[in-house]
Amino acid sequence: MAAISCVDLCKYYQQGDAVIKGLDHVSLEIEQGSFVCLSGPSGSGKTTLLNAIGGLDKLDSGKISIDGERVDQLGKAALADLRLHSIGFVFQAYNLIPVLSARENVEFVMQVQGVSASERKQRAFRILAEVGLQGMEDRRPAQLSGGQQQRVAVARAIVSQPKLVLADEPTANLDSASLEKLMARFRELNKLHRITFLIATHDERVMSWAERRIGMEDGRVIHDALQAPV
Amino acid sequence: MRASIGLSFRLAWRNIWRQKRRTWLTALAMIFSNMLLVFMIALQLGSYDMMIENSLRIFSGQMQIQHEGYHESQKMRLAVDDISLLAAEIRTQFPAAKVAARAFAFALVSSEGRSFAMQIAGVEPEQEAGISTLPGLLESGRYLAGSDAAEMVIGSIAARNLGVATGDELTFLGTGKDGSFAAAVVTVVGVFDSGATELDRGLAEIPLAYFQDVFSMGGSGHVVAVSVPDLRRVPAMLKSLQGVAGSKNSLLVLDWDVLMPGLKQAIQADMTSAWFMYAVLIVLVAFSVLNTQLMSVLERTREFGVIMALGIMPRQLALLVLLETFLMALLGLLLGVLLGGLVASYFSHAGFAYPGMEELTDKFNLPSVMYPKVSLVSLLMGPVVVFVFCLLAAIYPSLKLYSLRPVAAMRAV
Ligand SMILES: Nc1ncnc2c1ncn2[C@@H]1O[C@H](COP(=O)(O)OP(=O)(O)OP(=O)(O)O)[C@@H](O)[C@H]1O
Ligand SMILES: [Mg+2]
Repeated sequence: MAAISCVDLCKYYQQGDAVIKGLDHVSLEIEQGSFVCLSGPSGSGKTTLLNAIGGLDKLDSGKISIDGERVDQLGKAALADLRLHSIGFVFQAYNLIPVLSARENVEFVMQVQGVSASERKQRAFRILAEVGLQGMEDRRPAQLSGGQQQRVAVARAIVSQPKLVLADEPTANLDSASLEKLMARFRELNKLHRITFLIATHDERVMSWAERRIGMEDGRVIHDALQAPV
Repeated sequence: MRASIGLSFRLAWRNIWRQKRRTWLTALAMIFSNMLLVFMIALQLGSYDMMIENSLRIFSGQMQIQHEGYHESQKMRLAVDDISLLAAEIRTQFPAAKVAARAFAFALVSSEGRSFAMQIAGVEPEQEAGISTLPGLLESGRYLAGSDAAEMVIGSIAARNLGVATGDELTFLGTGKDGSFAAAVVTVVGVFDSGATELDRGLAEIPLAYFQDVFSMGGSGHVVAVSVPDLRRVPAMLKSLQGVAGSKNSLLVLDWDVLMPGLKQAIQADMTSAWFMYAVLIVLVAFSVLNTQLMSVLERTREFGVIMALGIMPRQLALLVLLETFLMALLGLLLGVLLGGLVASYFSHAGFAYPGMEELTDKFNLPSVMYPKVSLVSLLMGPVVVFVFCLLAAIYPSLKLYSLRPVAAMRAV
């Protein structure tokens, strides 16, 4: 059974007289434990697809299953539960909670999940160190650079080791060294814990890490091939 | 909410200080209205106490011992035997209390030209001033002197109606306790002006012994009026008096509640109209909270969208908004009660006078200075209502979160 299965997804936006095709008959399957990149020009539908898979957005038609469970048929509470426990999100705009420090942002989801205080703290410190933010744990988002904020968002997404990580441009503000380190860490989690990664990106350097590349344009999948990662 | 209480409080507390000025303005609205409510309610309760004491002080006294049924029917034969002895007994037993025996009859009082029906009270002239302020409210003449002199003091309106002044003579005609004809000629020695129309028009006082003689009462009378220095000691005193009265046949002890039912009603009516005013204030504060929290929810749309995308339910976010309001309202409550309490207790010592009230209060022999009553009730009643309404006002903004869609919310600026 595929980790993610999409069948004939359509999402249209009415813009005046024109219809914008966010997703146009998209079908694809992603195996558990795979490391996939989603590429394509701006406006091609990457974010729309990730949001749909994560159950954040309603579709006009199509079926989405995660581990055989129909996401498009889940109720609000069940969807929230799925996101809380099984999916790690990195959003395109890193979207941290501004009144919480880096560490508190990372701990936030764990707290709602019910992880004990001491374990939370320990895990938050470790993951922040791994993304290169040791010493910055107590800074608020406003006191961090764009790239640093993005790494906090990444840390928040992977700290609970969800089954699936949906990352939307996770490296947009990173320098090459940080980017390579982050991708290496993603790959490690992927191999060690069989976490499925679906990463939307424009960046060739990120794509080269993937074992499978899905290309999109105008809401359609135009390219889908396996490749040998670096 | 599964998130620990600590995190929720921390998040809520930091959130309300994101907009320092707006939070302070909202809190100030609460603080100010809470101060006002504390002071007004304290003043109101203080003035009720004063109103009660003053109304009781004019004539009736705080408590009365009467024969069963007398209060309802006012029948002369429902009398208390040896009433002066009973009064003296109570006086020795409770030295702090003021005690005065009285007897009452209705009679036709006539001057040369006119006649009016009036209530004649037989009083112990030397004791009466302890219970009633009438002896001190004479506009002319003097109070009753001898206990069996043929003297009378009457109210100012009655004096005008009858066309008499100090020194003139009046006759009165009535029925004695035994049904016999009772009539006498008395000299008006004083005219009182209490400001209470009913008394000024309808009451005449004569010495008790003389009354008993004219109305064939023997040693009996109708009422032993008792007052203690502090209204709060009335319930205890009432119990003691019931002990004394219980040993006699068919005597009852009544407190002011029964004696002057109109007083309680007047207070309740005043309370109701005051709360109508307070309600306007409270609704205004509630609307300012509604406005603040609605704005704070709307401007955080994006942030809330992210949090929901992470898997947090709208219910949990709604609780967060309520918690924020709770903290803000608590701030308003604590500071409001503190400051309001300080102001009220300052005036409860220094006294508070409405500008221009002296003229009115002098006329009615009332104190021109009011003393707010600082108690748990006066401190908390208003602010707690404000608190509750502020929380209620946050319900609508919280409900807004239920209609939030994560993707749309994250796109919002
Ligand atoms: N709420 C919306 N209303 C109207 N059009 C929308 C909305 N959301 C997305 N679109 C449109 O749908 C298309 C796909 O958008 P999407 O955000 O998925 O692109 P993307 O591939 O993520 O682009 P980028 O690389 O710039 O992030 C775009 O043309 C976009 O303008
Ligand atoms: Mg995008």
